[in-house]
Amino acid sequence: MRNTSETKTTLTVNGREVSFNEETNLLAVLRKADIDIPTFCYHSELSVYGACRLCIVDVEGRGIVTSCSTAPEPNMRVRTDTKELRQMRKINVELLLAGHQRECPTCDKSDTCRLLEIARRLGIDEIRFKENNRQQPLDRSGVSLVRDPNKCVLCGDCVRYCGEIQDVGAIDFIGRGAKTQVAPAFNKGLGEVECVNCGQCAAVCPTGAITPRSEIEDVWEALHDPDKTVVVQLAPAVRVSAGEAFGGAPGELATGRLVAALKRLGFDQVYDTSFTADLTVIEEANEFLTRYQAGEKLPQFTSCCPAWVKFMEQYHPEMLPNLSTCRSPQQMFGSLAKRMLPERLGVEKKNLVVVSLMPCTAKKFEAKREEFWSDEMADVDHVLTTQEVTRMIKEAGIRFTNLEPRAFDMPFGFKTGAGVIFGSSGGVTEAVLRYAYEEVTGSRREEFEFHQVRGNRGLLETEVELGENKIKLAVVFGLGNARQLVERVARGEADYDFVEVMACAGGCVSGGGQPVNGEEETRERRIHGLFNADETLQLHAPQENPYVQEGYNKVLREPGSEIAHRLLHTDYTNRRPTLGLEVPEEHHPRPKEKVKIEVCVGTGCFLRGSQELYSELAAYLKETGQEEEVELCGTYCHERCDRGPVMAMAGIRPMTCRKTWMSEHGPVVSVDEELLENCDVNAAKTAIQEKLKKLN
Amino acid sequence: MCQNTDSSAVQAEKQKQPVRSFEKIREILRDNNHDPARLVPILQKVQEEYRYLPEDAMSYVAAALGLPAARVYGVATFYAHFALQPKGKYIIRLCDGTACHVKASIPILEAMRSRLGLGEEQETTDDMLFTVETVSCLGACGLAPVMLVNEQTYGQMTPEGAVALIDKIMEQENNQ
Repeated sequence: MRNTSETKTTLTVNGREVSFNEETNLLAVLRKADIDIPTFCYHSELSVYGACRLCIVDVEGRGIVTSCSTAPEPNMRVRTDTKELRQMRKINVELLLAGHQRECPTCDKSDTCRLLEIARRLGIDEIRFKENNRQQPLDRSGVSLVRDPNKCVLCGDCVRYCGEIQDVGAIDFIGRGAKTQVAPAFNKGLGEVECVNCGQCAAVCPTGAITPRSEIEDVWEALHDPDKTVVVQLAPAVRVSAGEAFGGAPGELATGRLVAALKRLGFDQVYDTSFTADLTVIEEANEFLTRYQAGEKLPQFTSCCPAWVKFMEQYHPEMLPNLSTCRSPQQMFGSLAKRMLPERLGVEKKNLVVVSLMPCTAKKFEAKREEFWSDEMADVDHVLTTQEVTRMIKEAGIRFTNLEPRAFDMPFGFKTGAGVIFGSSGGVTEAVLRYAYEEVTGSRREEFEFHQVRGNRGLLETEVELGENKIKLAVVFGLGNARQLVERVARGEADYDFVEVMACAGGCVSGGGQPVNGEEETRERRIHGLFNADETLQLHAPQENPYVQEGYNKVLREPGSEIAHRLLHTDYTNRRPTLGLEVPEEHHPRPKEKVKIEVCVGTGCFLRGSQELYSELAAYLKETGQEEEVELCGTYCHERCDRGPVMAMAGIRPMTCRKTWMSEHGPVVSVDEELLENCDVNAAKTAIQEKLKKLN
Repeated sequence: MCQNTDSSAVQAEKQKQPVRSFEKIREILRDNNHDPARLVPILQKVQEEYRYLPEDAMSYVAAALGLPAARVYGVATFYAHFALQPKGKYIIRLCDGTACHVKASIPILEAMRSRLGLGEEQETTDDMLFTVETVSCLGACGLAPVMLVNEQTYGQMTPEGAVALIDKIMEQENNQ
């Protein structure tokens, strides 16, 4: 006899035995077996779409199927490499290429384009189909992202990411057939709709159809201008990903080389956004402690993530007072730099250019918010993503791997570990705790870590003791997760004191401007890199940063002071997309659950008077005006003829549809497992009313 | 929990009074239990009411159903039945299904468009009297080429016949 546990978990791929257990589709099983089946439209986090038809395999007895949408079964015999499959894959890629603008040398995505990679892998050397690409205008309406419909292959990855993970749905399939496009509503541009600029669409796009909007030329211009002094701030998450563009592993710390490369590019001063992250922690923690003591505007939501801020402004403007008023580290840096650096560096304010180096596309939007402009000058003039800066380094011909590491410039280059872990989900919370613990208890913990807020999960809930108080925390990433949390808070179903939200999975390390990396575990490795960097620094709590202290002594006085408010805090705008088209409250109720009653009208029950019972109940429901709430219908034999007439009653959920009303010992009605014996029509009526009461 | 009912954001929102109250759409939404799964029937009813789907109406429906506007727009642009531009008083639907096409429906289309002076991509006349469009199959292949003027069917059409029909409608309109 064969061992059942073994037969349950293996199938055959190309004659080789492959085991599986929790994989929900064949594609995942094949990948685990180190067979890299090409695909565009499959992402393990998203729903299965099955549109690109590249992951086709031959399953014995079934023919050719898409492996992404086929569940693995024991003893399946799968082939991935037949002549027919190879030909079909090639044809599919050729068809995609026929509709794709093939200007690879000038495309932003060429380095990491999956279409290009797959075409090369499959050895496509000619396209036998007529080009059907109508030249369409680029959407450059947004400051963060550029949409090029000519390069879209309609795989729908961006649509599903935006809708399923971020719960924004700024783009969708518009039109039909050959005219189908992925676009925002009403022929508008990305900059005119609910897009929160997180850039995850660009990260999942297999081609260059959505890309971060480049500011490379603006920055070169500033660097080439002899009158300008150009300073740059480097965000935490950039240091653990930039190396990937030069052959490094994800998570490998490239801080020193990056600083060296930036100096070579011509930046006059290289500073660290982690410095102002330390400052953000102090301001945000003090704001929180004030609110906590007063018991108002709780939970306090973090405000470092500009995609999340715009999300709140659009969908929950009534909760904006709960958002921390702290500017993000990027904007705190810009504000302080424009105020303090002209004197320090001996330049006129108009000749000081502040560039920031971010993992994030939404930071481009943030820098252009009018709140962060004064005297017609932006606090942060240009925002480069990691992708852009690595391209600049390559353009300049700098051999990154050969560079000698260099140190940041002082004072804005000095940071503690608290400012570094900002780049990971949970990092802001942990940094705030490191500060708040000492502030509240007046004592120092032996270890600086708060492991309970680490975890790289979409929603992490925990409690932390600060002195006598237990602080209820939530750490969230993914705006869909955030929306659920906010709605639970609004309905009073959840109660937190402090909530950290980051739009991207795992936090800024997966930002839309980071190098696109198909490697698995990239996110984990980058997070690991940040915590390693924290570990190797001497200081871990923001209050230990001497330059932050100096900033308070010289300029800001104390956390939350009037001047700190002016320079480091902000306010928010209601950006509800339907502003002026207000939808009244009555429009939000969900469709009501109905009570479904099924009376058996099979022969046995019919003879025992089920028809009369039915008519009587129908008349009764009409009389009570409950026809809308109760769905009464006849059904076929319940196979309980000896106990007829039989009536089934339940909510619409099929699991509970088998509750029966039997008449062996007199009619019996069952409602939610509870049997009522010796039941008559009146008892049925009572049961209906009770059930309705429960539902309402 | 959230002591923010008097926030400035909400105040600002209140001050911005909508131009329309969308009473009719609200009624349609109520009739459909605000069920997002009933988006297509809802849009059909809205179109019946407004004769096309205005952007505001689609935005309103989207907000009321808790759907992204792009999803509603995607559905509206998928079905040929939905019109995103206002249509004329007389909607002429010329069948261009296989049977009508081989029986020369296109010359009829060209004759009507030139009689009405419609520019490229233009479907509705400037005076909003006529809209001319093609449909895939009216299911009356025996009468090919066939067309509808509003709800009235005309079979075995010719370019001359179609133009005469338009002239007749125009005359009626002028006499009113």
